[in-house]
Amino acid sequence: MNLHEYQARAVLKAAGIPVPDGDVAATPAEVEAIARRLGGRVVVKAQVHAGGRGKAGGVKLAADPAEARKHAEKILGMTIKGLTVQKVLVVPAADIASESYAGVILDRASQRPVMMVSPAGGVDIEEVAAQTPDKIMKLPVDPRYGLLPHQAMRLGFFLYRDLAQVRAAATVLQQLYAAFVTVGASLVEINPLITTPAGQVVALDAKISVDDNELERRPHVAALRDVSAEDPAEVKARDAGLSFIKLEGSVGCCVNGAGLAMATMDLVKYYGGEPANFLDIGGSSNPDKVVTALEIITSDRHVKAILFNIFGGITRCDDVANGIVTATGRTGLKVPIVIRLTGTNEDLAVSILQRAGFSALTDMDEAVKRAVELAGRAA
Amino acid sequence: MSVFIDRATRLVVQGITGRDGSFHAKQMLEYGTNVVAGVTPGKGGQKFEGKVPVFDTVAEAAAETGANASVIYVPARFAADAIYEAADAGIKLVVCISEGVPVLDMTRVMPYLRERNARLIGPNCPGAISPGRCKVGIIPGPICREGKVGVVSRSGTLTYEIIHQLTRAGMGQSTCIGIGGDPIIGTNFIDCLAAFEADPDTEAIVMIGEIGGTDEQQAAEYAAAHVGKPIVGFIAGQTAPPGRRMGHAGAIISGASGTAAEKIAAFERAGIGVMKRPADVVPLLKERRVTA
Repeated sequence: MNLHEYQARAVLKAAGIPVPDGDVAATPAEVEAIARRLGGRVVVKAQVHAGGRGKAGGVKLAADPAEARKHAEKILGMTIKGLTVQKVLVVPAADIASESYAGVILDRASQRPVMMVSPAGGVDIEEVAAQTPDKIMKLPVDPRYGLLPHQAMRLGFFLYRDLAQVRAAATVLQQLYAAFVTVGASLVEINPLITTPAGQVVALDAKISVDDNELERRPHVAALRDVSAEDPAEVKARDAGLSFIKLEGSVGCCVNGAGLAMATMDLVKYYGGEPANFLDIGGSSNPDKVVTALEIITSDRHVKAILFNIFGGITRCDDVANGIVTATGRTGLKVPIVIRLTGTNEDLAVSILQRAGFSALTDMDEAVKRAVELAGRAA
Repeated sequence: MSVFIDRATRLVVQGITGRDGSFHAKQMLEYGTNVVAGVTPGKGGQKFEGKVPVFDTVAEAAAETGANASVIYVPARFAADAIYEAADAGIKLVVCISEGVPVLDMTRVMPYLRERNARLIGPNCPGAISPGRCKVGIIPGPICREGKVGVVSRSGTLTYEIIHQLTRAGMGQSTCIGIGGDPIIGTNFIDCLAAFEADPDTEAIVMIGEIGGTDEQQAAEYAAAHVGKPIVGFIAGQTAPPGRRMGHAGAIISGASGTAAEKIAAFERAGIGVMKRPADVVPLLKERRVTA
């Protein structure tokens, strides 16, 4: 789960990291009032879960409160990478002496949290890593001891020469690591971490991604989820315990298991079709889940054919068959459906489906081919 | 022979009285796995299915029954502690089925296990099966068949699909291992490749990877240098959009890294036969003169 910048700033602030004043707003009038309070010269920043906000015109400098209001009128409601801007963050325009980068990521290879700092801040860190990797220092942290003071100092010396700034950075880095652990993050980033002309070290922008598996035991973090910033179908799926991602194609896929779901999408493409979605109904055998899954798939008007691919293990094929019969009986189906079931209680499932007038296949390739064909015919 | 689990495996089931634990403990017993004990705190003294003794702690279970492997079916929030408990009891093979274990927990679990010389398979995995000998986890027994192909995979049902294709063609398996779909896992592809290479009863290896991370790329490099047995591989997620988590916590393309194309290229460089779809597994093995 990604936090908005204004939420991430609050997390950093609570950890003791110097963050400029500022506030979040949903209307141009609020923006103007905040700008006035902050002294006039401000930056108005779109709050959406997308990179490249600046390039898209979602970050604007204003010389006075009236201009801030004008910017807000444009930015609020604009679409960035398919996401509508509903809130903006208003912060004072900062005087910047230098820009660095500081972050913590969960590193798969070392199986540890890794601190990353770079004196080349303010740009995409992946670009820095690709073009000037010597400008990045990485330090794996033993999570049992945390970021030790001398390690934080070493990272600080990589960023700054001035001892006061090195110490300030070391403190920020330890606070950043603490924030990472406190919210159960998979990534926290300050980019840029600036120095002001007066020599202060300040976090100007913040990004936090939380490990979804942490949310159950951290309700205060889970409460930060902004469902209005997400695709409604994906929200509905998550509430039902399904894993769903909308794509652009015409073959709606309903599969048990993430790996098989991906392989099914790939096979749709292999046979010349385009998958409309990724959908994993999970390992349990609950007919209600199948009903919700079908509702979600059929609500996408681009879907021209529906493909079920179920390999019964823990999931019982008869439960899925019952779900299909219930859902189609309730909502009716306007597009053709191809069902492939094999494994646990396959025979039972086939007879349930046959009684309801459906036929079922047992071979994955055949089923995918037929679904692609049907979707093509309807287009 | 087989890898990691065989007839000498003496299994303790952590969470044996729970919904998932009891269902799968029964299935493992029916398959012939030597389930010697179960653990559920507060239920010590009971018998599971009238024959398997239940203990309050893994330490007791290990001391009383000589258990040498454990399988974990507890809810995610208790999973890390269940792994620590197994390691503290001297268990050397821990298989964690539970899904949803926080990754930060895993960063602490891994050094703990290394210090105690214990191997973890998972979390968020279907476990392992050595057909005809032993099943630890949830891989359906009936789809497998005894044979010479080693299967290692980050997935669950996709693995079943490919095992099913093998079995239907008469190609049995030595051991099938689901290593799990999380970003940090106890046993990776390289560990399994090394084990299969050393196993005299494994003749060929099937590797099923997916988008996210660099495990497959590293395994391909390792295979080119250290594995003589034929390998065929599949990568799921060729049509997955970047930046989105595809069900598995670890299945995400971050930036330009972890794509299917990158992994397939690594397979090709290493001489691994690339399956374009699951049904390619049998023809590709046959091309490599693998028969059963």
